[in-house]
Amino acid sequence: MVLIRRLVLDVLSPHDPSILELSRLLAECGEYHVKITVVEMDDRTETLQIEISGVDVDFDCIQTTISEFGASLHSIDEVEVENQPEPVT
Amino acid sequence: MRAFDRLQLGLHFYNARGIARRYFVVNGFDGALTMLGLITGFQFADQVALETVIAACLGAAVALGVSGLSSAYLSESAERQRALSELEAAMVTDLSDSAHARAARTVPFLVALINGVSPVLLCLIIISPLWLARAGVALPLAPLPMALATAFVCIFGLGVFLGRVGGTSWLWSGIKTLAIALCTVLIIVLL
Repeated sequence: MVLIRRLVLDVLSPHDPSILELSRLLAECGEYHVKITVVEMDDRTETLQIEISGVDVDFDCIQTTISEFGASLHSIDEVEVENQPEPVT
Repeated sequence: MRAFDRLQLGLHFYNARGIARRYFVVNGFDGALTMLGLITGFQFADQVALETVIAACLGAAVALGVSGLSSAYLSESAERQRALSELEAAMVTDLSDSAHARAARTVPFLVALINGVSPVLLCLIIISPLWLARAGVALPLAPLPMALATAFVCIFGLGVFLGRVGGTSWLWSGIKTLAIALCTVLIIVLL
């Protein structure tokens, strides 16, 4: 079973609501550690580097949250996965 | 409450609060001054029946309410749509499923509701002495002067509210709105 341990995303987001809200919403997708860095600031938008780590990061939930927030996922810059053997029943 | 409901709610209130407050005062002031003008006119007219005064004031209140509701909805929804389109252009993406789009659809309703309700509410408060008099309740003044006094109190109250919002002297702000009301009455009396 391949588990996503860490993701680094490049996201374009409006200034309002703030990245505090976005980080809370992303963290609510699971028991994740979320770190957001503002890379670039424009007039109405900001470019963010979002780093999410957890036991098994749910990418679909992350993607939906970003899009419902009004932000747009530009690229997946880094991924860390781990192959864990299936538990023997 | 789901996180996105909270976010959407936050957006609604963040965007709507200031505008709604402004509309409440602007249209509430409109309603109060209209009632003040009508009642002053009736006060100086010869022997107008209380029913006629109430009917005229209620008619004006309904008209102000409908006007406030529709005008605020039309202007706010146009403004919100424009802001959303600008944000979509900046983001180079479709935001129709985002919390922003939902807020853009809901905020005009909230603002229109406040803009429509505020004049009606103030009008009803101002004409309440007329209703009480018709119902046989003893008032300290005659019905029309009592309604005029209520209008002055409401207008002073709006000034106090504005003073508190702006963080300035509530008394001075109340006196300013009261002075506007007195000038209105003076102009009507002179005509």
